[in-house]
Amino acid sequence: MIGLQHYLIVSAILFAIGMAGLILRRNILVIFMSIELLLNATNLSFIAFSRFRGDMGGQVASFFVIAVAAAEAAVGLAIVIAIFRNRGTVKINELDLMKN
Amino acid sequence: MESILFYIFGGLTVATALGVVFFRNPISSAASLVLSFFGIAALYAMLNAHFLAVIQVLVYAGAIMVLFIFVIMLLNLQADELHEKPFPKIYLLLTGLVLLAFLFAFAQLFQSAQWIFPPISESFGSIKAVGRLLFTEYLVPFEYSSILLLVAVIAGVVLAKKEL
Repeated sequence: MIGLQHYLIVSAILFAIGMAGLILRRNILVIFMSIELLLNATNLSFIAFSRFRGDMGGQVASFFVIAVAAAEAAVGLAIVIAIFRNRGTVKINELDLMKN
Repeated sequence: MESILFYIFGGLTVATALGVVFFRNPISSAASLVLSFFGIAALYAMLNAHFLAVIQVLVYAGAIMVLFIFVIMLLNLQADELHEKPFPKIYLLLTGLVLLAFLFAFAQLFQSAQWIFPPISESFGSIKAVGRLLFTEYLVPFEYSSILLLVAVIAGVVLAKKEL
């Protein structure tokens, strides 16, 4: 029988994978994709708890998370394009103007 | 039946999410992420969140990922740009160990609890029910999210202009 705990474990695994991508990868586009994974992991646990409690507030919350993710993707990718145009790279270890 | 579907879609979601992190080419990562979003949408549908499942496919797998793939192709990255040092083995090992420890702790915790989903009404998670909630109780945040999207549109136009 599938219960709340199974969905929470999938959510935790997704969050861990997204966090690993956020820390380990150097390509700024893949880092963005990892952030989307993190947001989806939290959405999954929101909806699992919403089903568990019989309260649709969790679904509305994850609706707003999706709206924020759409805005974040649009602005973030515009920033990536601007960085690539000015610096000619998308590797974050080469974007070190703020060092020293 | 339900548990078989859960393991299929959960496994698909986790496997393709691993692909996002481990593929070298961003296009492969993006394709893998689309599959992962479809798996998550299926999990939403199994949790009776039908409206959110549709939104997940339309907004995430549709709009956001198309934007990602569009930008990846627009940048047209060369091979030296895509090259990354392989992950240090020690970090991978540490990540795996921490993840295993957490999973073990979760499994211990969850064995002691029986969190079975209670029965719910037919209309739970339908477009009508969620829409009604969105336009009554959550009307103010809903309007704020429209302002947020407007700000994002303006910011996108300004940031992508030739002269920054």
